[in-house]
Amino acid sequence: MDAKFSFLNKVDRDPGNLIKGLQLVQAAEGYVSDDGIRAVAEYFSIPPVEVEGVVSFYAQFKRVKPGRHKISVCDGTACHIKGAAQVLEWMRQELRIDSGETTDDGKFSLETVACLGCCSLAPVMSVDGKVYGKLDRKKMVKILKEF
Amino acid sequence: MDPRIKILRIGVASCGIAAGAEAVQSKLKECAGSIPVVGVGCLGSCYAEPMVEAVLEDGSGILYGNVTPDDVPGILELGDAKRFTPPPQREAKQLVRVMALAGRIDPTDFDDYVSHGGYAGLKNALEMSPEEVVNEVKLSGLRGRGGGGFPTGNKWSFLAAKKAEQKILICNADEGDPGAFMDRSLMESVPHQMLEGMLIAAHATGATKLFIYCRAEYPLAIKHLRIAIEQIRERKLNVIDGRTLDIIIKEGAGAFVCGEETALIASLEGKRGTPRFRPPFPTDSGYMNHPSMINNVETFGNVPLILREGGEAYAKIGTAGSKGTKLFALAGDLSNPGLVEVPMGTTIAEIVFEIGGADRDKVKAVQTGGPSGGCIPVELFDTPVDYDSLKALGAIMGSGGMIVIGKDRCMVETARYFLDFTHRESCGKCTFCRVGTTRMFETLERIVAGRGQESDIALLEDLGRKVKAGALCGLGQTAPNPVLATLRYYRNEYEEHVKNHRCPAHQCGALVKLEIDHARCVKCRMCVRTCPVGAIDGDFRIDPEKCTRCNSCLDVCPKNAISRTDIGE
Ligand SMILES: Cc1cc2nc3c(=O)[nH]c(=O)nc-3n(C[C@H](O)[C@H](O)[C@H](O)COP(=O)(O)O)c2cc1C
Ligand code: FES
Repeated sequence: MDAKFSFLNKVDRDPGNLIKGLQLVQAAEGYVSDDGIRAVAEYFSIPPVEVEGVVSFYAQFKRVKPGRHKISVCDGTACHIKGAAQVLEWMRQELRIDSGETTDDGKFSLETVACLGCCSLAPVMSVDGKVYGKLDRKKMVKILKEF
Repeated sequence: MDPRIKILRIGVASCGIAAGAEAVQSKLKECAGSIPVVGVGCLGSCYAEPMVEAVLEDGSGILYGNVTPDDVPGILELGDAKRFTPPPQREAKQLVRVMALAGRIDPTDFDDYVSHGGYAGLKNALEMSPEEVVNEVKLSGLRGRGGGGFPTGNKWSFLAAKKAEQKILICNADEGDPGAFMDRSLMESVPHQMLEGMLIAAHATGATKLFIYCRAEYPLAIKHLRIAIEQIRERKLNVIDGRTLDIIIKEGAGAFVCGEETALIASLEGKRGTPRFRPPFPTDSGYMNHPSMINNVETFGNVPLILREGGEAYAKIGTAGSKGTKLFALAGDLSNPGLVEVPMGTTIAEIVFEIGGADRDKVKAVQTGGPSGGCIPVELFDTPVDYDSLKALGAIMGSGGMIVIGKDRCMVETARYFLDFTHRESCGKCTFCRVGTTRMFETLERIVAGRGQESDIALLEDLGRKVKAGALCGLGQTAPNPVLATLRYYRNEYEEHVKNHRCPAHQCGALVKLEIDHARCVKCRMCVRTCPVGAIDGDFRIDPEKCTRCNSCLDVCPKNAISRTDIGE
């Protein structure tokens, strides 16, 4: 196995840990590369297609390289009611990308997620895992400038 | 500093942190000298985060809300600025039992939990036989808090009756309803409570392998659970009846359907999380074909109470068919969102208006049960929350998400939102769900875009009935609920969309335009400068072709001169 993926040794080779293994790969690479799929397949002794099948099932796993900063706009029910669509529209205007895309300079990637568990602060987004609540356009632009 | 202060507590659960509690915490630590600054969990009034509580010598506490680091010196003098008094009716209507320790103890401190009565339930349970424990749970009348409402004691007795080498216990911490955060709060704030419930269940059922399946979006909950499990191991509390229990946390990977029992089990096995037909039920054949039992976080969180006070005493609270208290994550169009706990049988009006402080004139409905549930119109807010009353209305109790929907929201768009969610989350295994929810979603998209036809309403009803009847698992069987419920109560909104191409709530972008009222406009040019697409000209007219309906102008206008109106022909 590619030495780059030696961190897989942290989990048992039990196929029940496949998702954990993929989570480790994604944490290391920022996404799951073709090499990552092959390494995981080899480690757990399962065919690469099956690994790919699991990867494509779960929303968490990304198959393309993301930007340096990950923006997740919450579109859970509470945030939707409180204007998540508007937040996305502002994002589109500021960054010129849609959900699922990365800016040309590779700085930001944008995605929508369902509920970050901070519904009482809706509308909410997170950048690199840090959650920002009660967004309005001004606040959002200011947060983007921090990066 | 005021010498009466003994402890300073600060809420550093996820919502506190998102509101900026960490900066306040560092400032407190910097200024508080020898007084302990304790990071605690959810204080319930999420709308007032960050929150600080100064605990005095006599044990009483003074709360501060919306605190910034600059407020810290004032708080240390017990000043009046930023003092927070929860609205009295919010306090009066709540009955905080499951969440009693949230915000009062340090979630990472084992002894803090024990000194507040923690693990007394487990101690009692271990002095009883497994059958007696199951019996107490049956007596309590506890029903599953994950949404289904299945009697917990019965489920336990199924697993207990199984003769098997290995039995599995699974805690469902996937909290998939987008817009609900009860389980997150409980795990972050009092992680030991749910674990105590699981240990009691292990004794009652003979299970030896314990899984917690937690969604990956909850890193803080996972962290606190890990710490708590380590503390349990150190104290050998995981040795029950001579057997050493394995306690394993598994992180989900973002799939709503994995909240469904059989899909969850597939995911635990490392596979695609697709559900399968039941029977066999998990208690007969579950994880790796071992008998397995799944309960929700809040269900397990109730168990220590039952074993502490006895099933009969527990059953004194609630209604005939629904016992105990229920947590609700209250959010949406109201002034005081947050986590609330009420006895079963409390009316929706009490929760939304008295506890949540929502404005009676501005509320249209609430949505319970998230994407599997339905809306309840304001006219029916006298309905008590219990499993059976809500079901009768076409809504469900669900896991506890309660979203208040204001009068200015479009119910067709709300239904479209939920179908957008469910059709994407459909695992694709069965046709009714995969194709049926997609067709329903497309139909709703058409309607909100102003391209709907009158026949679409009947089409939605027909599809909805068929998907409910034909789908393999609970996801598909409940996915049409938001559409059918809105059709039941807000049919006129659908009809306006398809017949007159009008959105009565002025929400659907394709059916509205933004307009400036020139009588009110003072020509300050705020809107012109703000508009990101240059849609407003020198005469303060908005070009509907360019305008993206992003509301930026409406939000900045100091005179409220801009509004959304019918686009007209
Ligand atoms: C699509 C779908 C999603 C579900 N999501 C959850 C969930 O996120 N959390 C949960 O506890 N139960 C969820 N359930 C219910 C579980 O399948 C199961 O009934 C529950 O965890 C049993 O525990 P309880 O008896 O303690 O409620 C879901 C069910 C379906 C059909
Ligand atoms: S709906 Fe956005 S945080 Fe819950």
